[in-house]
Amino acid sequence: MKTHWQILVVDDEEVMCESLAAWLREDGYVVDTAPSGRDAVEKARLRDYAIYFVDLKMPGGMDGIETMMQIRHLHPEASIIIITAYATVDTAITAMKEGAQEYIVKPCNPEEISLLVNRIIKVKNLQRENTILRKKLTRQYSVHDVVSKNPRMLEIMALCGEIASLRSTVLIQGESGTGKELVARAIHNAGDRASKPFVAVSCAALAESLLESEFFGHEKGSFTGASQQKRGKFEMADTGTIFLDEIGDISPKLQVDLLRVLQDRSFYRVGGSVEVKVDVRVVAATHVNLQQAVAEGKFRDDLYYRLNVIEIRIPPLRERREDIPLLAHHFVERLSHELGKDVSDVGEGALRLLMDHNWPGNVRELENAVERAMVTCRGPVLTERDFAFLAQTAAPATGWAVPAGMTIEDMEKVLITATIQRTQGNIKEAASVLGIDRSTLYEKIKKYEIPR
Amino acid sequence: MKYLYVAATEEVEREALAAVTGRVAAEFDYPVRGLELGSVEFAFNAERAQYSSIAVLDMLLRQCPPDAGKLLAVTERDLYIPVLTFVFGQAQLGGRVAVVSFARLRQEFYGLAANREIFLERAYKEALHETGHLFGLVHCAEGGCAMSLSTTVRQIDLKDDAFCAACARAVRRHPEGMEA
Repeated sequence: MKTHWQILVVDDEEVMCESLAAWLREDGYVVDTAPSGRDAVEKARLRDYAIYFVDLKMPGGMDGIETMMQIRHLHPEASIIIITAYATVDTAITAMKEGAQEYIVKPCNPEEISLLVNRIIKVKNLQRENTILRKKLTRQYSVHDVVSKNPRMLEIMALCGEIASLRSTVLIQGESGTGKELVARAIHNAGDRASKPFVAVSCAALAESLLESEFFGHEKGSFTGASQQKRGKFEMADTGTIFLDEIGDISPKLQVDLLRVLQDRSFYRVGGSVEVKVDVRVVAATHVNLQQAVAEGKFRDDLYYRLNVIEIRIPPLRERREDIPLLAHHFVERLSHELGKDVSDVGEGALRLLMDHNWPGNVRELENAVERAMVTCRGPVLTERDFAFLAQTAAPATGWAVPAGMTIEDMEKVLITATIQRTQGNIKEAASVLGIDRSTLYEKIKKYEIPR
Repeated sequence: MKYLYVAATEEVEREALAAVTGRVAAEFDYPVRGLELGSVEFAFNAERAQYSSIAVLDMLLRQCPPDAGKLLAVTERDLYIPVLTFVFGQAQLGGRVAVVSFARLRQEFYGLAANREIFLERAYKEALHETGHLFGLVHCAEGGCAMSLSTTVRQIDLKDDAFCAACARAVRRHPEGMEA
């Protein structure tokens, strides 16, 4: 797992800097160099390196100790190795006191540097694995864990932060695999209820009678098999958040029960006569269009309005294709640790293929595709070949019926508009896809008055 | 047509050079040519009583024939880079030139009786290792692979004189590899 770690070598002597950097690159690390303390601090501002090799004596008013102190101010966990040709007990003590992880005298034995770097990276790998596993275990996702640069997603994340501490009900709508539960957890974790329970219930998974008991609990003997009293999910979520996934799938009877809970924040256990009061924030999610379900009479309009106090619509992945490379790299980084495979990147050809795929299963499908590619890949970079299965599993393209009376010019306008949308307004790319030169494309855009 | 050049400085024993050249040619399946280099005294650092491998690589780049895809030089001189006490060799990662020093591969360097077999085994392995770097390979986690990191002769002795399957495949698929 070397490829994810970056090292910064700081030395005013170029030959010293470059020779150590080259030696470390042969070991598979990504290495940057800086000719002065100031340059090093600037680079550390932009990126947190796993290891900093810092020369003790550097001109320009910022020596190795000062550089180390400023880097540690930016990254308190930074592993800094001070290197010097002029070792004294005093400088060694000062370096270690100020937080240097190691102090080495150059020239040093290759074995010494190799062991030192391996030891630090081993600890970093363990720390990183620990963080990932902890996060996975507690599923403590925050708004910062949502990987996106799409303006709509960024707006959603900002909204999550704003509404996190309110008690208002939230309705999250989006196709399967778009990350509705991730958003629900992000809302919960960003608010005052973060330390309280987050209870998720999938309404699609259970039959009506079981779901009623699951929601509200039951009293002992209330039905066959109810051998003891059981608390429902609403009680378990008291003072916290309940996440009702696939809310569009619940029966008309449960819709009534749920409406009462939303109005009164109280309910009766199945077979019970004592009213149970709860303080629960409800976040519901659905992949079906609830407004349409209301219009068709399949979902109660009063419940819909109760749920839809704050509405969040998560766009499908095909409408935020700019996130595909970000997400692919994110999954590669995370899964390389989980699968123990030294895969560090996604090649350009593979990215093009991922960008062209339609992703009916959204982010979850992309995650699964990256995992499958990583399991079978043989190199450090995922290639087009590793994603060959996407072509086999892709749904057959729906036949496009040419509308009656369509002219060639109409068709050309549709084609150019769709291509420009697909390339997100990149004219050079659109012209290349269409197989015409840019000036011709500009003429046609003008002719058809196509918005860009 | 590009060649893999195996070059030698003036003091290198020709028999050892021939053995290494043959092994490299077989492993890389690449047309190989020889090249005679002069002395590397210009790279001598009197303070360290060693030769700067950076200066040697600079010289190799200047002397690299136009038809050289890659050039591996061998020398008997003990090499160093400024930050380390010595190097067994050095290469431009994914570049054109590399150098291997035989000095520390001989048993005599450690005060032991000469052993030609051990020396040649080590020389093969280091020649493969540095040439592997020229084809973009970084150190391999497989302990037995010729591309695994060796900072002592003991580590060189423990690895094989061949690449592991993944490194061999990476060399073949390299833009300048034989499959390309």
